[in-house]
Amino acid sequence: MKDRLEMRFAGSGGQGVILASVILAEAAVISGLNAVQSQAYGPEARGGVSKAETILGREKIWYSKVSTPDFLLALTQASLEKYGKEMAADGLVMIDESLTVPDWMDRGRVIAIPILRTAREEVGKAFTANIVAVGAINRALGLFDDGTLTEGVRRHIPAGTEEINAKALAAGAALIRPEGNKEGI
Amino acid sequence: MPSDLVHLYMRIDHLPQIWCPGCGNGVIMRDVAVAIDELIHDEENSINREDIVIVSGIGCSSRAAGYLDFNSIHTTHGRAIAFASGIKMANPRLHVIVLTGDGDCSAIGGNHLIHAARRNLGLTVIAFNNNIYGMTGGQYSPTTPHDDKATTAPYGNVDRPFDIANLATGAGASFSARGDVYHVRETIDLIKQAILHKGFALVDVYSVCPTYYGRKNKKGDAVDMLKWQKENLIPTARYYSISENEREGKKLLGVLSFNDYPEYTDEYAKVIEACRQKAKKK
Amino acid sequence: MSKAILMQGNEAAVEGAITAGMRFFAGYPITPSTEIAEQSALRLPQVGGKFIQMEDEISSIAAVLGASAAGLKAMTATSGPGFSLMQENLGYGVMAEIPCVIIDVQRAGPSTGLATSPSQGDYMQARWGTHGDHPVIALSPSSVLETYTLIIRAFNLAEKYRTPVIFLMDEIVGHMREGVELPDPGGLIINRRKMSFHDGANKQCYFVPEGEYVPAMKPFGQGERYNITGLAHDESGFPVNSNEIAGKLVGRLLDKVEKNADDICRVEEFAMDDADTAIVCFGGTARAAMDAVLAARAAGKKVGMFRPVTVWPFPEKALLARLPQLRQILMVEHNHGQMLLELQRVTRCARPIHFLGRVDGTVISPSDILGKLNEMEGTHHAE
Repeated sequence: MKDRLEMRFAGSGGQGVILASVILAEAAVISGLNAVQSQAYGPEARGGVSKAETILGREKIWYSKVSTPDFLLALTQASLEKYGKEMAADGLVMIDESLTVPDWMDRGRVIAIPILRTAREEVGKAFTANIVAVGAINRALGLFDDGTLTEGVRRHIPAGTEEINAKALAAGAALIRPEGNKEGI
Repeated sequence: MPSDLVHLYMRIDHLPQIWCPGCGNGVIMRDVAVAIDELIHDEENSINREDIVIVSGIGCSSRAAGYLDFNSIHTTHGRAIAFASGIKMANPRLHVIVLTGDGDCSAIGGNHLIHAARRNLGLTVIAFNNNIYGMTGGQYSPTTPHDDKATTAPYGNVDRPFDIANLATGAGASFSARGDVYHVRETIDLIKQAILHKGFALVDVYSVCPTYYGRKNKKGDAVDMLKWQKENLIPTARYYSISENEREGKKLLGVLSFNDYPEYTDEYAKVIEACRQKAKKK
Repeated sequence: MSKAILMQGNEAAVEGAITAGMRFFAGYPITPSTEIAEQSALRLPQVGGKFIQMEDEISSIAAVLGASAAGLKAMTATSGPGFSLMQENLGYGVMAEIPCVIIDVQRAGPSTGLATSPSQGDYMQARWGTHGDHPVIALSPSSVLETYTLIIRAFNLAEKYRTPVIFLMDEIVGHMREGVELPDPGGLIINRRKMSFHDGANKQCYFVPEGEYVPAMKPFGQGERYNITGLAHDESGFPVNSNEIAGKLVGRLLDKVEKNADDICRVEEFAMDDADTAIVCFGGTARAAMDAVLAARAAGKKVGMFRPVTVWPFPEKALLARLPQLRQILMVEHNHGQMLLELQRVTRCARPIHFLGRVDGTVISPSDILGKLNEMEGTHHAE
């Protein structure tokens, strides 16, 4: 991992991208890294575009806003078009397979995977899409071991849903080649 | 010579009070003192003097808090019920009695009145209702009748008035009553009932303001205004024994609404207990 | 595995307050402070405390003052528009000397403004929002952990000086989540107001012995009948029309904060030892300032950060102590220049004071500050 990794998560309200950003920040804190998470609030977070940011760092993180993201998760076309333009040159974009990669975007930096379909069909609950995404992001970026990530998830889900969330994490990870993102980030 | 009641329950150093000659507020303050005295000495329902907190807002009525010798807090205009809500929540054992005026509790503080009533928080609210803003010199209040005069209604009041007791009932008060300064015994009994009532209780006590409201509206002197109360506010027993025609233009003096909705601090205590039980299980 | 947990600034405010002994919260929902009410509603009954959602911000602070008079440590939280509504009763708390903590998570104004965007535009309102001459204590945190520890201090100061303490947060810190390892509560200092009235002068409830500034405060319902009022009052707690007594009372209220400024004021300094340029900032702005200082230092510039943690009273002494070594000052704040006025007053403009502010609801970045520092090297007069 880079010394400072700026991540952005975007989708429509209700897809749970904010929770995904929180879980990854929590896992970072559990593993002893520094993490800062923030999100867009208000009317835009209720059904419109929803955006959250997490910064992971080996050093103390002061300035808490993301400027040039190293990673973007986009679950809607609108959020992909909007935030895809603000990426770092070597930034990685993860999208749902249902989205169309815009012409101006470097396809080599895009991972298109069936996040929504996997949640719906494989896990069996559409609302687990954000946890599927967390599993995929963790594998793609090579961030945390399974135990740390599972604890990160556990701290933010209702008691009694551990099993289905574990299933979603595993299904998400399985969407990424075992060796992860070879180019590194 | 001050009476025993004055010696016992009033802060003699701070008397005489500031109210004008003929003002009804002193009568209501005495009613409150008598009601408390009778309850302190009531073997069945005895209350502890140290558990009484008098809360008032701003206006003529609200000066009563300073004269009555209890824990007392004279707050900001309209907010007495809100301060009282915090006091009651902090220590539900306390008898929190709010002394307020018609402007204080139904104009600037109207929102707090209806929401405390809705919650059924166990406060006793005594509204000194004189149909006018006296402290500032005679402006119309939410209880000034339509067409009546005030310094801010020189051509007659365009507004239509509130009936505070009915307002409280409509907002969900579990006890609401109407008293006045003529029917002293009846009003003392209503105040006693209100203090003993477990939930939110309001007594809308019709006062008289001969200085501003009376003079502006040619209602005569204090005695004339009391006569009006005698003839137009009818105690419960008689009210229900007279014909509908005879009730025309007259008002019931007594309890308007009464029920046993659960009291707010009791309900909140259940929340705390549920949390405690849940923690014990873990 | 680290013991740290991820916590939001607003959440840390509640946890800190509960550690400090807060057992009553009254509030009304308003972005970006709402999580404080939500967390209080969840946590207070778990510790035997009480939460109530009032009908507005006016009644919220009124209920808080009432609960405090009845003996509980009490708090409310709001943002700009609600803070405006609280001003009258804030003054009541000052005059009647009722301890409480008022959190204002500042957002971009004026009026409804940008409800979800950061700002520090309430700095002067915190000082002068309520009418009349009055003392104010206001503290401003810049991280999640500091929110936790500083709100404990806010309660301590409220209890010690019997006055409302304003906890001036901003959206940056309130809505940010960070990893924190909370300190062991055993090592924390928790103050409690003096509960029995001072002896002398017939144990009057507002009696203050010679050389002291703060009367003792006994909760209602513990056997001492007394009166509380927002009117000018004497030591017995009753209204008076005496100009002499009123003047003495307001004088004591002002003195109790001004003469104890050394005890109340705290600052954080970073890289100030040899600095010739100070970035002055408070609250969440410090996060960008820290990165800017680190970058400027890496480029060989002698830049440091001076951050008032106590923002009212302004920590004059600490700033004046640094003034001789400074060539210039850069004030950075998310407003149109509010603490700037204090800086100018305190330094009497003895050094060039530059200003970087913002009123559009966006966040000042480290590169904005670095750009300003570069620009300052070209110019040397105050703006």
